[in-house]
Amino acid sequence: MSEQLHVPTMAEFMAQGKQPEVLFWVGCAGSFDDRAKKITKAFVKLLNNAGVEFAVLGTEESCTGDPAKRAGNEFLFQMQAVTNIEVMNAYEVKKIVTACPHCFNTINNEYPQLGGNYEVMHHTQFLKSLLNDGRLKVEGGKFKGKKITFHDPCYLGRANGEYEAPRDLLKKLEVELVEMKRCKSKGLCCGAGGAQMFKEPEPGNKDINIERTEEAIETGAKIVAAGCPFCNTMMTDGVKGTGKEGAVEVMDVAEMIASAGEL
Amino acid sequence: MQYIPNIIFLFLLVAGIGYFTKNILKVIRNIKLGKSIKEIDNKAERYANVARIALGQSKMVKRPVSGALHIIVYVGFIVINIEVLEIIIDGLFGTHRVFAFLGPVYDALIAIFEVLAFLVLVGVIAFWLRRNVIKLKRFWANEMKGWPKQDGNIILYFEVVLMILFLTMNGADLALQNMGADHYTQAGSFPISGFLQPLFEGMSEATLILIERAAWWIHIVGILVFLNYLYFSKHLHIMLAFPNVFYGRTTPKGQFKNNETVTAEVKMMMDPNVDPFAAPPADAPAPEKFGASDVMDLNQIQLLNAYTCTECGRCTDECPANKTGKKLSPRKIMMDTRDRLQEVGKNLDANKGVFVPDNKQLLGDYITTEELWACTTCNACVEACPVSIDPLSIIMDMRQYLVMEQSAAPNELNVTMTNIENNGAPWPFNQQDRLNWKND
Ligand code: SF4
Ligand code: SF4
Repeated sequence: MSEQLHVPTMAEFMAQGKQPEVLFWVGCAGSFDDRAKKITKAFVKLLNNAGVEFAVLGTEESCTGDPAKRAGNEFLFQMQAVTNIEVMNAYEVKKIVTACPHCFNTINNEYPQLGGNYEVMHHTQFLKSLLNDGRLKVEGGKFKGKKITFHDPCYLGRANGEYEAPRDLLKKLEVELVEMKRCKSKGLCCGAGGAQMFKEPEPGNKDINIERTEEAIETGAKIVAAGCPFCNTMMTDGVKGTGKEGAVEVMDVAEMIASAGEL
Repeated sequence: MQYIPNIIFLFLLVAGIGYFTKNILKVIRNIKLGKSIKEIDNKAERYANVARIALGQSKMVKRPVSGALHIIVYVGFIVINIEVLEIIIDGLFGTHRVFAFLGPVYDALIAIFEVLAFLVLVGVIAFWLRRNVIKLKRFWANEMKGWPKQDGNIILYFEVVLMILFLTMNGADLALQNMGADHYTQAGSFPISGFLQPLFEGMSEATLILIERAAWWIHIVGILVFLNYLYFSKHLHIMLAFPNVFYGRTTPKGQFKNNETVTAEVKMMMDPNVDPFAAPPADAPAPEKFGASDVMDLNQIQLLNAYTCTECGRCTDECPANKTGKKLSPRKIMMDTRDRLQEVGKNLDANKGVFVPDNKQLLGDYITTEELWACTTCNACVEACPVSIDPLSIIMDMRQYLVMEQSAAPNELNVTMTNIENNGAPWPFNQQDRLNWKND
């Protein structure tokens, strides 16, 4: 498998005096988290398949600072941001794609003021543009007619108003898209945002991811489609927590497209 | 002697508006305790928001039932105020139904007022039932105990009484018109109070005049009292919603503001020409406090937000933390901010405009750290608010204070932040391993 993946770095492009079409910002989860790494790879397969000349920063990438900022550590956030911006500006990065809505939001909205001005896309938006340009083929395959629900990541949906790109891709997969009671602008958080991912929840009577997973399961969907590595983890844990392991699967939209195309 | 009622009226009007103005000036003074805001951009978009969200109630109708009821009461309130204009002129100059010369237009206006008054009554009763009989959960939350709950009902009682007085006044007037009483010119059309006529049957002209006059006076006095009640109530939103929506955010909700003091510091640290160990210049201003522990640390828009909050609870109803039993309630964040701001305002009043430290602050005395750390920054509250309030920004500012001024983050978050600082990732992985996934 691994030899099929072609993952050039910015440094390699630079050495050849070339610029990639887009920088793929992998993010911390996408780099280190076992579940999220699968999403990263699926997305790379799609990029390779579509012939996209992309590059990653590799070891030059560092946390965007989102969890630090949302935890209240503005200083650490800005240090991270300025360091990343220096690296990217040195490579003259113009366009970025990322499979993490938190990275997407931070780079897109909070970096410009600190000197980082790039066109930033979430991977579902990027895949949709590839589809529109005829570079990517999306077909139903094994998902055709399957009941699937999409969980809106807060930092893609409410935070940035993108509700349609992932849904358009799912429709291309010819799935039966069923919506949860709370969806789109009213979508319920998975519970991971605002640095919650890295701490125990405060005392309450339920975990947020369980509440959300139950809602997803209620739709009768067999697959919960996600667009964020953190949502993915939370929902996967939720499925385990509600004893639906094996019956309901949580998949990133990119994984679904890759798997439908048997990549 | 003949002018006594006019003089009394003038006195009441001046007193009512005067006291109200005094309190509104206090609101403005208190809001100005907050940090000033930079120049306001996107003016065109802001006016459009006022038209759409405040005037047009576009977010209210996201919940169709309460939205529709609210629109009835809101439209009724605004339109019936035209009638108040006539009442004021009549009161000041001793005229009666001074706009009657408008003829058919007047008839139509009065008819519209009456129908609206009736609809308002229906709407208000429905609101009351939702609060007190159906007991919608969001009106029975912890932060709604005591005054907030009473306040919600008092507003409804005011409106019921005012509408009934208005219709009684018209009904008695119509009976007097039909009787051909002096001064009661034939004017207006009374689709609702017409139904009240049987109640007035057999009454003498004097009794009818008494009823009509009493209803007229209590109605206008009631309006003045209600006006002055606003300051003490969440009902202040009927005025503040407009400026509040104007100042509401126009940037993507995910964009949290970058602290500029920090930016300056970071830039300096990254600048190779600056000696990081140099002592700060003697005239350097005292370092700015990071984040917010009290209302004075918040900005003026956040304080305006607090005064505007309608306590509707739509935010809390969508809050994932609140829904799963955590203490956090974005509505409470707003109510606490307002309560504390009022407390600070009273402190100023009592001490000739100088704030005398009271050993209290927003953090701890009103909002606990447990609430603050439960937030997922999901923006559901911001999205849900019908008047463009941003509870999340206050939560974030307070977290910033906790972390940057007090190093009081939960321990797991301290570990996370140390990891980011040392390895460039929230987990203890080495940055040099960042591309290892490629070969896994
Ligand atoms: S942003 Fe925080 S307070 Fe607002 S709804 Fe989400 S979790 Fe609740
Ligand atoms: S902040 Fe907005 S949504 Fe929440 S209670 Fe106040 S007015 Fe209602």
